[in-house]
Amino acid sequence: MGNVLVLAEHRQGALRDVSFEMLAVAPKLAEGMGGEAVVLLFGSGMDDLAKKIVNYGVKVMVVDDPVFENFNAEIYQQALSALLDDLKPKVFMTGHTAQGVDFMPALAIEKKLPLVADAVGLAFEDGKVKATRQLYSGKLNAVVAFKEADTYLVTFREGAVEAPDPSSAGSVEKVDSPVKEEVSYRKFVEYIEAEVGDVDITQSDILVAIGRGLKEDKNLPLVEDLAAAIKADIAGSRAATDAGWIPHDRQVGTSGKAVKPKLYIAMGISGAFQHLAGMKGAKTIVAINKDPEAPIFSVADYAIVDDMFKVVPKLTEKLKELKG
Amino acid sequence: MKTFVCIKYVPDTSEAEVKLNPDGLTVDDSRFSFDINDADNYAVEESVQIKEAQGGEVTVLSIGPKKSEVMIRMALAKGCDKAMRVEDERMYGHDPLMVAKVLAGAIKGQEFDLVLTGCMASDDWHMSTGVALAEELGVNHASMVNKVEVLDGKVKVNRELEGGLLESVEVELPAVLTIQTGINEPRYAPIKGIRMAQKKELNVVSLDDIGVDPAAVGADASGIELEKLYIPEVVSTAEYLEGEPEEKAEKLATILHKGGLL
Ligand SMILES: Cc1cc2nc3c(=O)[nH]c(=O)nc-3n(C[C@H](O)[C@H](O)[C@H](O)COP(=O)(O)OP(=O)(O)OC[C@H]3O[C@@H](n4cnc5c(N)ncnc54)[C@H](O)[C@@H]3O)c2cc1C
Repeated sequence: MGNVLVLAEHRQGALRDVSFEMLAVAPKLAEGMGGEAVVLLFGSGMDDLAKKIVNYGVKVMVVDDPVFENFNAEIYQQALSALLDDLKPKVFMTGHTAQGVDFMPALAIEKKLPLVADAVGLAFEDGKVKATRQLYSGKLNAVVAFKEADTYLVTFREGAVEAPDPSSAGSVEKVDSPVKEEVSYRKFVEYIEAEVGDVDITQSDILVAIGRGLKEDKNLPLVEDLAAAIKADIAGSRAATDAGWIPHDRQVGTSGKAVKPKLYIAMGISGAFQHLAGMKGAKTIVAINKDPEAPIFSVADYAIVDDMFKVVPKLTEKLKELKG
Repeated sequence: MKTFVCIKYVPDTSEAEVKLNPDGLTVDDSRFSFDINDADNYAVEESVQIKEAQGGEVTVLSIGPKKSEVMIRMALAKGCDKAMRVEDERMYGHDPLMVAKVLAGAIKGQEFDLVLTGCMASDDWHMSTGVALAEELGVNHASMVNKVEVLDGKVKVNRELEGGLLESVEVELPAVLTIQTGINEPRYAPIKGIRMAQKKELNVVSLDDIGVDPAAVGADASGIELEKLYIPEVVSTAEYLEGEPEEKAEKLATILHKGGLL
């Protein structure tokens, strides 16, 4: 039997999107292998969260233990190590998230099991489990096959697939916590909320977003002029915030903010998936990039393949003219 | 504080066209420019700042070809003390678990308090090597770190979660930390440092030298197999504006203005 075990992720009382998205993949994969998809939920007082997942027609196994209150990679590894021995799933998957990447590779080494990280697709083909993943700024895809092993480990990218609609009612089962040892060598201290800046870019109607293509901060006036001409706020990619060109709270993407402005003008941004995840919901997207292969064009409504330093000053000038 | 910092020489593919070799399993990298992986650059800076505050020594560790020595010398110029480069064709580079075993082999037997790596390599995006390395070494870890505070026998770090949320975690030393970009401001190598770097120790070793069995880290030892590579189509439904830069700008301005998008 080839069961697919999915560890659902939740934080501060809410399930993360990837927990549902994996349900678009796991049941199909399990079916191909003649097994079923089973969702694992770690935490304490998980009844409400379990109810949300059980509507997707899967079996939910709840491990109710206060040690899971806040995420601790060491405790997760300890629990999963025991559960993999017990449940013997053919595939064990979780999100490729700050949580998933913090324990999966260690679990793989400990259990001597193969791991594919950051999968964006997963299928059972020619008797093998195969994963699709991306390399090289998203310009290259790889298909990776697992060789025979007891369990295949996978971390699955958030946002790679759409969550399915709830289907039928599954079942909920409680399992005893396999955590035996207290962990003293790693401790959760606290959550620190993101800083709040002068502008909340999630509320902006128009965003002009810059990336590494800006090259240096002395080029900022170019963008500020455009933003002033169309009453836009300035946002950017992680490369722009890391470089200190704009404040951290202006970062768009998975580790920044998800924005939905009416108009998003991206310039000098390649469109890494972490960035796209934060802006693809914008109503109209304009991309200016000199690289025709830049993934940002895959979400654009209007595309300009050219040097932003040549295009943007003209754009600003023309817009000022049109506004009179 | 004795620190190892693991760095990788990666191609910059943000602006380059990616082409496959005829074998379909390797990339034609002849036209790429290579440099230190972005996150590793921040890890180097962090290791030097920790040394400056706490005293101690930083060893650079890299698996890579001879030409990556320019990158290694640059880390030495920024203040790292010595370096070790592993070069061995027998390692299966597609599997980060194999890479971690080689790094662990190079570190084992030497004293250390901290090992820093970048949280992700920008070429293959696994985000797995550092955490796997910690398990191989049998020490603690924290990944995606964007702040490090050294305390007595432990570190207090901020881990970056999704949506700008951070998690503060305490980890006892020795430990592996995977460093996220933006944690610090990487310095430029001072001229004097560049001169001194030429004289610093750079050991080149093979798997045999570090006591790693090639069979344990080769393609056959890996539980995964690269089946194929392909260039994904950029499927775009965008309207491409054509012409000279000025014409493109004009067309866009008109669309934005007339379309009531402003
Ligand atoms: C855990 C994690 C979380 C992350 N979270 C985020 C996030 O929330 N948000 C985010 O943005 N990134 C995030 N990243 C980083 C992400 O992977 C990319 O590295 C980043 O988005 C790249 O930024 P960029 O597009 O500005 O730079 P690059 O990828 O370097 O692209 C620069 C682009 O500028 C173009 N360009 C250069 N010069 C010009 C010119 N003169 N005219 C026009 N175009 C030009 C180039 O063609 C290129 O496409 C995260 C990474 C990790 C590991």
